[in-house]
Formats: sequence, structure tokens, C-alpha cells
Amino acid sequence: MAGLELLSDQGYRLDGRKASELRKVQARMGVFGQADGSAYMEQGNTKALAVVYGPHEVRGSRSKSLHDRAVINCQYSMATFSTAERKRRPHGDRKSSEMSLHLKQTFEAAVLTQLYPRSQIDIYVKILQSDGGNYSACVNAATLALVDAGIPMRDYVCACTAGFAEGTALADLCHAEETGGGTALSLALLPRSQSIALVQMDARLHQDHLDTLMEAAMEACKGLSKVLDSVVRQHLQEVSVLSRD
Amino acid sequence: MASVQISEAEKVYIMHGVRDDLRVDGRGCEDYRHMEIETDVVSNTDGSAKVRMGHTDVLVGIKAELRRPRPNVPDEGYLEFFVDCSANATPEFEGRGGEELGVELSNTLYKVFNSHRSLDLRSLCVCPGEHCWVLYVDVLLLQCDGNLFDAMSIAIKAALFNTRIPKVRVLEDEEGGKEIELSDDPYDCLRLRVDNIPCIVTLCKVGHRHVVDATLQEKACSAASLLVAVTPRGAVTCVRKLGAGSLDPDSIFEMTETGKRVGKALHAPLMELLQKDESLGKKRQKVGFLA
Repeated sequence: MAGLELLSDQGYRLDGRKASELRKVQARMGVFGQADGSAYMEQGNTKALAVVYGPHEVRGSRSKSLHDRAVINCQYSMATFSTAERKRRPHGDRKSSEMSLHLKQTFEAAVLTQLYPRSQIDIYVKILQSDGGNYSACVNAATLALVDAGIPMRDYVCACTAGFAEGTALADLCHAEETGGGTALSLALLPRSQSIALVQMDARLHQDHLDTLMEAAMEACKGLSKVLDSVVRQHLQEVSVLSRD
Repeated sequence: MASVQISEAEKVYIMHGVRDDLRVDGRGCEDYRHMEIETDVVSNTDGSAKVRMGHTDVLVGIKAELRRPRPNVPDEGYLEFFVDCSANATPEFEGRGGEELGVELSNTLYKVFNSHRSLDLRSLCVCPGEHCWVLYVDVLLLQCDGNLFDAMSIAIKAALFNTRIPKVRVLEDEEGGKEIELSDDPYDCLRLRVDNIPCIVTLCKVGHRHVVDATLQEKACSAASLLVAVTPRGAVTCVRKLGAGSLDPDSIFEMTETGKRVGKALHAPLMELLQKDESLGKKRQKVGFLA
């Protein structure tokens, strides 16, 4: 490992968390007035904004439209100042195109697209500040934005990363842990049915450890789903109080 | 830009309102919408600010990097502007859709702000001819509801006020080699003087009158607008006509005068607010997007 001790002998991580502890999650729905749905999400120092437009008519060429379900269109971008080193372009590079594709796959598994044939749902996510777990922050923010837009889904989609160090699985990695040389796995889960919408791991890991890693990521996702649920409920309460007056 | 479609009757309604100095949202012709300004919102930048003006939302992040100065001005640093019209603002900006507008906006910002009269560019120089600070001013449009320029200029001014550049020293060894040493103390930093930084006031010609801080609806009723950059002392640093229509010289003169008056009045409360925010220090509650 590249000089960094990811897990101390006392069982604490670089930022003082325990192995299975999540970072502080803060979120808000309905951030913007113009979009159909929007949400802001903070997971530790990672900050993401998600905006949803639609369902609406398919924009551009009609050939994209599907006769039996809605098209989900995602764009992932990062603010040029979001990373330690300034980025030249907010989107359009290989990494963000890949991320857009992953988001699309994730949400195609969750949104009830068959309810809106020949239409399109746009999901735009933006990373304002990046500190590891960009994909999961985006998924969680987009889930809240979809809920805000009133688009029916099978379940919340919750995503989290998990890593592996010193024989222990670490939940919700920060940037230092992600780049520290260990394994990182991102997982998007539909918690109620326990089905996995997306899983991705790019590094080497012994097969015996895969189960523990998946288990840790799924536990973390379930923890996040509780937080998302409470955010939605609180938002609904605020909105309903406002509309009652 | 995000467009709205309004009917003839609505246009007439808006224009008659402007004629009587009473706009659709109850403002007078020279009033701004409610503004929310917050600085230091993105912690991995050197300075940042977020401005919300009605439904217009702008986030500015400033990052300082050490670069080689421009050959024609070896003893000055410089600013680089980039405007990201993100798809968050409107789906039209998806993919490359926002690029054209982004380039137009960033070029205008460059002309307004990058001069040694508005900012002391010499203070950004570390070692003449070799190293200077380059401030990358990145503007992120999150929501567009008219009057982008004013919101951007206020956000940029606030972000520049908030910017802290680490102090560096140039050490020279015996052989004449130079080395740059970064100060160990994170609080030992360079602040920028923002006293002369202009604010942009965009005036929209609606009927025979002009309005400040036009919403998209009002913009749809006007053929042309005038951008005026005004310093706190009331000096005009940049005038530019925007939009497809034409303006007669008399109204340009009138609009510049209004721009001067409004712009001058804009600076004092802005600086007061920024200073008040700063004096709170760590006690200030950070809201960001969670409010």
C-alpha cells in the first residue's frame, strides 16, 4: 500500500471513522424552482446536485423514442473547481461519459419507465466538490430529485462505495482512501427487494473477500436508504404544512 | 438561453406595467430582485461565492495556480474566465448546447474584469517573467431566469473578496537558482483588494423605458439591452449592447446614466454584507444549498 495506513491498529480510519461508519449525510429536496425535480446531497465533503426534467416529449430525433417505455437520459458533469487539480472541461471526457452511462443503467433498473411510453426523462447531475464516492453521491442525489419530480420508482436507489484494507471492509470511502491503492467497489441497491442495480469493482481482490465487501456495501446502502427516507418525509412534511396554510 | 414563450396580451401587460413604473412582481424599474449571497461555499477552492437572484442561481469558484506570466506583461498575474452553462439550468445546455453562450459570457467577463485598473494584477506576480498567480474564475450557471451578467459579476466580486492565496517566498541559492517556498501557516495569505472591481448592471429596454434586473418574461418583451460595468466610484468601465434589436444614441446615454446610478448604489451594501459576513468568522452558519 502506498504508505498510507488505511486502518489503524485501533480500528480507526484516516478521518477517524470506524470501518463500517458512513460520513455525515445531509440532503435537501426542491433546491431549484425551475426544474421538475431537484436535490442537493452532501456525503462528507462530496457535494452533488441533481436535477430532473420530464417526463416530456423526446427531444431531438424521434428515432430515440421507445414505443413501450420512457428513455432515460443522463448527464454527469463535474464543476471545473470540484477537484484539487482544476479540471479543464466539466463534461465530455471519457470518465464522465462512462459515469453518465452507469447512471443511466442504474436508473433504468429503478424507474417505472413503462408508465411513460414515447417520452423522455432527463437526469442531470453535477459534482460541486469531489471527495470520493462521486458515483454514489450522484445516485443518491438523483434518487431524491426523481422523488421530488414525482416520478414513480420501484424503490429508492441507494449507492455506496466500500473498500478493503487489512482484512476488513471499509464503508463509504473518502478520496484519500479511494486513491490509497486499495480495492474500491461501488454498489447501487434497491433496498426493499435487496436487488442490485449496479455493481462495479475495478481492482484485484481475492474471491473469498468479495462476499464481505459486498455485504459491507449493502449494509451501508441500507443505512443510506434510511437517511434518504427521512429526508423525503421531512420534505413532504414541510411542503404539506406550507400548502395547508 | 432558457427561453420563455409569452403571448401578445402578456407582452402588452408587461410593457404597460413598465410604462407606469410597476412591474409584474411589484418592483419599480430600478429595483433588483431579492438577492442571497454566500461566500466560502466550496471548500476546495481558494475563494467561492454563490448568488441567487430570483430564480437565477450562480456559483463561482476561484482557484489560484502558479504559471508563467504573459510575455508582454512579465510583472503581472492574470485572470482566466470560464463559464459553464450546465444542463442543470436548462436541458438545452446538454452536451455542447451551452458552449456558445458560455464562450460569449466568459469573453465579456474577461473584458470587464481583467484589467489592472479593476484588480491589482501586480500583486499576483511572484517572480517577474517566471512565476505569477493565475486566478481561474469558474462560473457555474445553475439556474437561469434573466440577468445573468449582474448575478455573475456580483458573485465574482464576492468570490474575489473571499479569495485567499497562500503566501510564497522566492529563495535564491548561490548559483542563482530560484526556489519557491510556500508559507507553513495556512492563515498567512494574500488577500485581493476588491475596491475597484466593477459590478455589471444590465438594462433592458422595454417600450420607451428601461428596466434593471429583467426577468426572462421582461427580456422577451425587449429587443435590446445595454450592459454597463460600473466601479464603486461610479466610473463606467465597459458598455456593451446585447441582443438583436437596435438602440438610439439618446437612450444609450440615458441607460448609461441609470446604470451608473444603480451600479454605484449596488456596491456599498454588497461590501457591507461581505465584511459583516467575514467578521463573523467561524461563527457564521454555512447554509449553502441546504437552506
